Amino acid sequence: MKKYVSFYRLRFTMGLQYRAAALAGIVTQFAWGFLEIMVFQAFYKAEPEAFPMTMSATASYLWMQQAFLAFFATWMMENEIFDSIVNGNIAYSLCRPIRVYNMWFSQSMASRISRAVLRCFPILAVAAFLPEGYGMSGPESILHFGLFLITLLLGLLVTVAFCMIVYVLAFFTISPQGLRIVFTSMVEFFSGAIIPLPFFPDKWRMVMELLPFASMQNVALRIYSGSMSVPEMKKAIIVQVVWLMVLVVSGSLLSRYAEKKVTIQGG
Amino acid sequence: MITMENVCKSYKVAKRNAGLGEACKALFHREYQVIHALSDVSFTIQDGEMVGYIGPNGAGKSSTIKILSGILTPDSGTVIVDGRIPYKNRMEHVREIGVVFGQRSQLWWDVPVIDSFELLKDIYSIPKEKYNNNLEELTELLCLTELLRSPARQLSLGQRMRCEIAASLLHSPKILFLDEPTIGLDAVSKIAVREFIQKQNEIHKTTVILTTHDMQDIEALSKRILLIGKGNILLDGTLEDIKKGSTGIDETIAELYRSYDI
Amino acid sequence: MKFQLKDSIRLYGHYVSIHIRSAMQYKTSFLLTTLGQFLVSFQVFLGIHFMFQRFSAVDEFTYSEVLLCFSIMLLEFSLAEMFARGFDSFSEMVRSGSFDQILVRPRNEILQVLGSKVELTRIGRMLQALVMFGYGISHCDVEWNFMKMLTVIFMLIGGTAVFTGLFWIYAALCFFTLEGLEFMNVFTDGAREYGKYPVSIYGKKMLLITTFIIPYALVQYYPLLFLLEKNSNPILTVVPLLAIWFLLPSYALWKFGVRRYQSSGS
Repeated sequence: MKKYVSFYRLRFTMGLQYRAAALAGIVTQFAWGFLEIMVFQAFYKAEPEAFPMTMSATASYLWMQQAFLAFFATWMMENEIFDSIVNGNIAYSLCRPIRVYNMWFSQSMASRISRAVLRCFPILAVAAFLPEGYGMSGPESILHFGLFLITLLLGLLVTVAFCMIVYVLAFFTISPQGLRIVFTSMVEFFSGAIIPLPFFPDKWRMVMELLPFASMQNVALRIYSGSMSVPEMKKAIIVQVVWLMVLVVSGSLLSRYAEKKVTIQGG
Repeated sequence: MITMENVCKSYKVAKRNAGLGEACKALFHREYQVIHALSDVSFTIQDGEMVGYIGPNGAGKSSTIKILSGILTPDSGTVIVDGRIPYKNRMEHVREIGVVFGQRSQLWWDVPVIDSFELLKDIYSIPKEKYNNNLEELTELLCLTELLRSPARQLSLGQRMRCEIAASLLHSPKILFLDEPTIGLDAVSKIAVREFIQKQNEIHKTTVILTTHDMQDIEALSKRILLIGKGNILLDGTLEDIKKGSTGIDETIAELYRSYDI
Repeated sequence: MKFQLKDSIRLYGHYVSIHIRSAMQYKTSFLLTTLGQFLVSFQVFLGIHFMFQRFSAVDEFTYSEVLLCFSIMLLEFSLAEMFARGFDSFSEMVRSGSFDQILVRPRNEILQVLGSKVELTRIGRMLQALVMFGYGISHCDVEWNFMKMLTVIFMLIGGTAVFTGLFWIYAALCFFTLEGLEFMNVFTDGAREYGKYPVSIYGKKMLLITTFIIPYALVQYYPLLFLLEKNSNPILTVVPLLAIWFLLPSYALWKFGVRRYQSSGS
């Protein structure tokens, strides 16, 4: 366990070093969140009765989404991992007494957490002071907040576990970039990153909520903004846990197979 | 003729320390450090000379090459290459020089080498006849016939370096800068490259300035050696001057570095 | 000068042909990435589509009108990304030192930087844009004539210039720092992402900023009003061309950056 913690520390330090990058990231995400809210505001003004959740819940959803972008953005995959597969540096990792799957998992977790920790507080702090309909509101209740934290973590785990499958698949393809872009755009759409799932037509939404993608950011953000009922929350958390297990098990099995393949072919 | 007189060049770089605490500190405050790459450098190189430019890493070799090739403007001092001030009339200057950066490639990775050459022909506006003559000569001397049709990514390091050197000479430059041309090459390729540089210097009277860490390069190629350390020219002489009967060339140089404390 | 221009165009053509040949070396990868580019903008389209299943209009613009707006913006962006990719990925060039190689050649450095990358996979995005454009045209209640076609062409020219200018500024900033340039995405990717809706939906202030500071509105909102017959002033046809002025400050910053690079060599 200790070795994974030290991987984590290394990544975390690296994340902190780039202060200009962090600052730029905060500014970018703030601008992004603001523009996003303005789009929804425009639709709200046009037809408030067609809105599936309240405007202030939507605003909270969107700010939380920006604050924890680094948790859930699948396009922020580890370039290093892809590179190491393409250029053969993976051989080094295979020589160490570590499971590649676990190493990559902790590496991804660390870089996502370090990025989010740096960025979330300033964004949330500013967003909290914006006027109603544009800013962040507090959670519905302490229970909601607690469940938010749990589902946030579960969502992060599901996201990383999903990315792991993409990394491992990169072993078997000649074009990791193509693979990555196809997967990324799929996740973006189905996870509610483009528009929150409640804005989809009901039939679509019901199917989408069962897919692994809905277990990423959707659950936590909606629980926080208070747009889920208690039975809905229960169901969503169960779905999250099931997908997490499925993804981790299939990912690590795949990676063992890939490791074997690499050793046999000599890279 | 190349003249550098009292050339100075310094950079400012950000300090960065290891550790989590330091990283946090750097978030709020960053220290800078001024590095004097060249403190006061003067030398003259005549047409047709072949000069080895040596010194430990970070001594100022690259800065000198960059100033001479017009990429970098010095803080003070005069630089004149064949009557031109490199950083003032860059376009006219670079037409007459060839540069090989040993650790970078100027060939296009995915197309046959000859396609890269054809592009260079357009970039330098080389007349057709001159291009064909040069290509023919370079192909023969560097044994490129087999290589020209394959993409650069399929070539070995040695094969690629031969192509890189050819690429830098297509426009018949009067001066050739070679920045570590033999780095990472196997023995056969090293010898091939050395022999070619020798020939190029003899036949075309091309002035060659060569930086390297490989002392056999120096032994085989340059009659004159410039040693730079901590931004100053420490020694300007021949290999014999510095050898003084000690055992091997590497030992001699190491001894030299030590004696100058660089 | 005239000879130089012709020669430069020929050289650029040579670069493009090398890029086409390089891309053809990896056909599968090229096709997959192109498909990916298509999908990336397709999901944005789906987002708009589903929003308009729920809402009938936003700020008086209907579904097909928004699609028309989005498709033109996307075409401009993809054109700029395809041909100004050298600017967009310039940080890599500074980091790896390839820019030194450009400086030791007797050619304009801008031409060489542009020639160093041509991103043909953006055809995927253009395809998506063209399909939406076709749909928008056929479903908008608008009579098409020469003036309107001309307006669209001017929009494409002006818009490509604005995005190229932004990529150029990004590249010029790389001479000063390589860290924290992520914020430039707000202006490039942000404009592509949020320029799918006419600028006016973001309110009066945004309209002012995008008219006078970064001239998106000149290539998007104003000529769009003319296309959709919401405003019949024929001046709006040439308004997009005004945006070309935006290239001037970009050029100035770039030149300043090159001079700094030559003095600091960072």
